[in-house]
Amino acid sequence: MEYISNLFVNLGNSWTALLSSFLPSWAVTLVNHLVVAVLLVLMPVIATLTLTVMERKVIARIQNRIGPNRVGPWGIFQAIPDAIKLLTKEDIVPERADKPVFNLAPLLIFVGAALLWAVIPFGRGVIGQDLNVGVLYLVAVGSISTIAIIMAGWSSNNKFALVGAFRIVAQLLSYEVPMVLSMAAVVVLVGTMKMGEIVEIQTIPFGLVLPAAFITYILAAAAETGRAPFDLVEADSEIVAGYFIEYSGLKFGWFYIAEYGNLLAVSAIASTLFLGGWRGPFADQWPVLGPLYFSIKTILIVFLLMWIRGTWPRFRIDQMLALAWKVLVPLGLFNLLWVAAVVKLPVAVGLQWLLVLAGNVVAIMVTLTLMGQAAKRYAAARGVASAA
Amino acid sequence: MQSQYLFVAIFFLIALAVPAIGLAVAWALRPKKPNPIKNATYECGLETIGETWVQFKAQYYLYALVFVVFDVEAAFIFPWAVAYHKLGLYALVEMVLFVLILLGGLLYAWRKGALEWR
Repeated sequence: MEYISNLFVNLGNSWTALLSSFLPSWAVTLVNHLVVAVLLVLMPVIATLTLTVMERKVIARIQNRIGPNRVGPWGIFQAIPDAIKLLTKEDIVPERADKPVFNLAPLLIFVGAALLWAVIPFGRGVIGQDLNVGVLYLVAVGSISTIAIIMAGWSSNNKFALVGAFRIVAQLLSYEVPMVLSMAAVVVLVGTMKMGEIVEIQTIPFGLVLPAAFITYILAAAAETGRAPFDLVEADSEIVAGYFIEYSGLKFGWFYIAEYGNLLAVSAIASTLFLGGWRGPFADQWPVLGPLYFSIKTILIVFLLMWIRGTWPRFRIDQMLALAWKVLVPLGLFNLLWVAAVVKLPVAVGLQWLLVLAGNVVAIMVTLTLMGQAAKRYAAARGVASAA
Repeated sequence: MQSQYLFVAIFFLIALAVPAIGLAVAWALRPKKPNPIKNATYECGLETIGETWVQFKAQYYLYALVFVVFDVEAAFIFPWAVAYHKLGLYALVEMVLFVLILLGGLLYAWRKGALEWR
């Protein structure tokens, strides 16, 4: 019973004990690191195998279709034939491509998607490494994929790919700023960048304390993963998939896997920072429940992102960049300063959080009012009847 | 501490190895029948005209410039945020000033039209 209540940590300890019986301590550390790294590296692949089917099903239901339903019950094994198909497809390298860069880009984009999982806590003590720079590490590693995408777009020597790569420059860079600001608001509130500790302190999910930061993060996450309505980067109907247009076979597959790995990773980060990660009823007595709660919250956010994708039309690039720079960045800066000011007040933590919440709600309302007025001015200037 | 970064290093190497192994497996399985038409640059059935690597819209560059300012800011904000609980009121005043200067920069870029897409 004792053993099962904290199953994952105890399994890890037993495994370490077993190794220690015949290996020196440095070798035990090395073997443990290797095993954990191999397990975590598979996360983007697992994400692709499960989320592609989920996405096709969800989008199909939103569009009043049935979706995949041939392979296995309800089509849940659809991803496996897809994977086999990608694995056996011919690899075409365009003659005019910059070949070394062209071949390196899929590897690098996978590295960017996989490394994110090193600091994400699945449960108490169930984490790759609780780095003391955790949140900053996520920001740093997250920008590897931008470089990989630019490499892919530039080296393909294709105009569609190049347009896609330039749009990436504008979009990913613009949305990284509000994303960083919303993460920084959480860091100011708790005073640590360790992902594990952020969850420990979160007795109330920070989504309820910092709703403005949470909304900003979700919007920025949708943009960072290049998903509709922010999918200008690949926009099938305009630039035919954008930066990975020239890739085929498994090289294309790694881009696809990185995309879904990123989707799951940003959802996992959102549930860690804003929804209390592995916290839930009885999670303290039964830490084994932690990963379960964490998975449920993560999948809920994935579903939310799919829902957004299924219901909103694509933005124009100027609208999208204006949303980032003129709405989300000022909101994020205000939010950060407000949290910083409240944390310095000499009152109880509970009251501080209440004040932070009040400031957030006011900020959201002011932002929405200003956006409504801007929309009215825009409509009046164009002579269009205002919707409001 | 060192062990933690050793883990990140090992993780990086494995993350690089996994797609490489995948590509090697695919290389063994897939057909290899290249021909000039297949290897031509894809462009909706037409042959591509002119150079791809040409001048691009300067607007993208402006966004990148504004971004650099804010990304440097992020590098300052995170250490400040972690140490914030240990610092005095001075830290708050300092950051308010810093953010106000940044906000001034953002407003300047906004007024100058760097954030408009033309």
